[in-house]
Amino acid sequence: MLFLKLILSNLLRHRIRSAISIAGIAFSVAAMLTIVTVLQGAVGMFSGILSSDSQLIVFERNVSDLFFSSVPANAVGEIASWSIVEHADPVLFGIVSSADHPIITCFGITAADARLRKATWISGRRDAFGQRADDIVLGQRAAEFMAATQGSIVQIGHGTFHVSGVIQTANGFEDGGVFMPLGAAQTFFHKEGSSSVITIKLTNRDLTGEFKQRVKARFPNLVALEDDEFTRTYSQFRILKATAWAVGGCGLLLGGLGVANTMIMSVFTRIREIAILRVNGFSNTQIATVIFGESAIVSVVGAVIGLTIGGCFLVALKLIPALHGYIDVTLQPLIVGIVILLALLTGVAGALYPAFYAIRIRAVEALRFE
Amino acid sequence: MTHTVLHAASVWKSYDDGAITVLKGVDFSASEGETVALCGPSGCGKSTLLHLLGGLDTPDRGQIAVNGTPLASHANPLRLLRHQVGFVFQLHNLIPDLTLGDNCLIPTVAAGTPHAVAEERLRELAERTGLSHRIHHRIQKLSGGERQRTALCRALMNKPRILLADEPTGSLDEATSRTVFELLLDLAANEGVTLVMATHDRVLAQRCSRLVEMHDGKVR
Repeated sequence: MLFLKLILSNLLRHRIRSAISIAGIAFSVAAMLTIVTVLQGAVGMFSGILSSDSQLIVFERNVSDLFFSSVPANAVGEIASWSIVEHADPVLFGIVSSADHPIITCFGITAADARLRKATWISGRRDAFGQRADDIVLGQRAAEFMAATQGSIVQIGHGTFHVSGVIQTANGFEDGGVFMPLGAAQTFFHKEGSSSVITIKLTNRDLTGEFKQRVKARFPNLVALEDDEFTRTYSQFRILKATAWAVGGCGLLLGGLGVANTMIMSVFTRIREIAILRVNGFSNTQIATVIFGESAIVSVVGAVIGLTIGGCFLVALKLIPALHGYIDVTLQPLIVGIVILLALLTGVAGALYPAFYAIRIRAVEALRFE
Repeated sequence: MTHTVLHAASVWKSYDDGAITVLKGVDFSASEGETVALCGPSGCGKSTLLHLLGGLDTPDRGQIAVNGTPLASHANPLRLLRHQVGFVFQLHNLIPDLTLGDNCLIPTVAAGTPHAVAEERLRELAERTGLSHRIHHRIQKLSGGERQRTALCRALMNKPRILLADEPTGSLDEATSRTVFELLLDLAANEGVTLVMATHDRVLAQRCSRLVEMHDGKVR
């Protein structure tokens, strides 16, 4: 109890300094939580495109980005014919642009594709998809920012297209995207006879291993991965995640420097007090406990406030219509746990030197200190 | 035969890399229950000797032993002595943001004394020093005399056998100084504590059982 009083009395003695230090940790935690959650959410959304009613994804081996993957049409046909495959949907990814919108994701798909089957059709019909070579279906948000409705003619990239329908999906990338018949997309992107990936649903999930083996044996240039496996190993996702943690980590490092500065000031301004504890028998461990206790309280309070700020910020982001479907505000316990742990470690690291300095204070000299 | 509780043999101490030699081969000892006044002019080495006897500092040469144990053989003499030695300084050296009670409990926390035992000891000492009504008051609210009495309570919390007092009344007015000194002698006698006190006040020093004169780093 006395330890707690010693710790709290010092934090309360310098309220502004303590508050600034707590704020440093809080904003660092909030930034890390927001960045990591948003990017994890984005990765989840992109993964969701691929895993729409499918269990596996087949793409070209060793490509750095799925946009560069090329899966030949004969592979699609053969894989779809395997008895263990319930359905195999080829998807061609492309990036197109329209006036005022430099980046729109384009999906070249067949009429049987799960994305069209599972979407809510605001206008148009699925069975009409691809009847005209220049037909496209727009996601709801894409239709909004392109000011298009069913029947509109829109300019996309160097082509002009007829909007045959508008669909609503739960996925932000799909909702802001353009759906083209596969053949039209292959022509538009100069990728005749190929798709970027094939999304696969098996008749029995237990046959996953067998399917992978057959793909490897029959098509050495292709690789089949389960959705989770793909999300874990895809280099773009890994780069995104690493970037998110690195940026968040830098924020936390700055917060940690704030804690270190506070703790150093805390020790320097009460050298005499530490000497009094020393004269009264406090051991090195007990002195260090007081110092680390202070930093731990700063870190824990900062982390709690940071999690609250970050959570509120994420909810606010979700409420912005333009970001609908892109931001997944579901706080993952693992991420929250890691962020709290990092905040605590930062606090402890920030108190290392001050604690080391404090235990080296010589009582007899410090008692002369004014 | 009385038991020697403090012993300093040929102790030398200098500062500033030997530029200032404060103690020059001091020999000193104090027996159990004795009250010893160290007298002498400022800078003669009284405080330095007390610091060395209490393990706050280490001698350059010579040996200090407490209850027969040489301090040089311990890496952290303060830890060794926390049950055996209490300190009172000229300045009270209390932590201002804590209450009187909390300040007094610091040595018991350091020593790992059970809280109930420490609280009982605090009540006992507060009663004897007339501070019972002030236990929950912060240090800023106390007078100079009360602060020094609090420091005295704190020094005695762990029931030390030795009390080292460095000008304990030096910052007090004459009347308060007399009161605190009487209390110091009374507590030392009642607790059976060996008291070694550095002082300029010859009148107070005469009240001790032995007076040791120091001059220019030596005991006369």
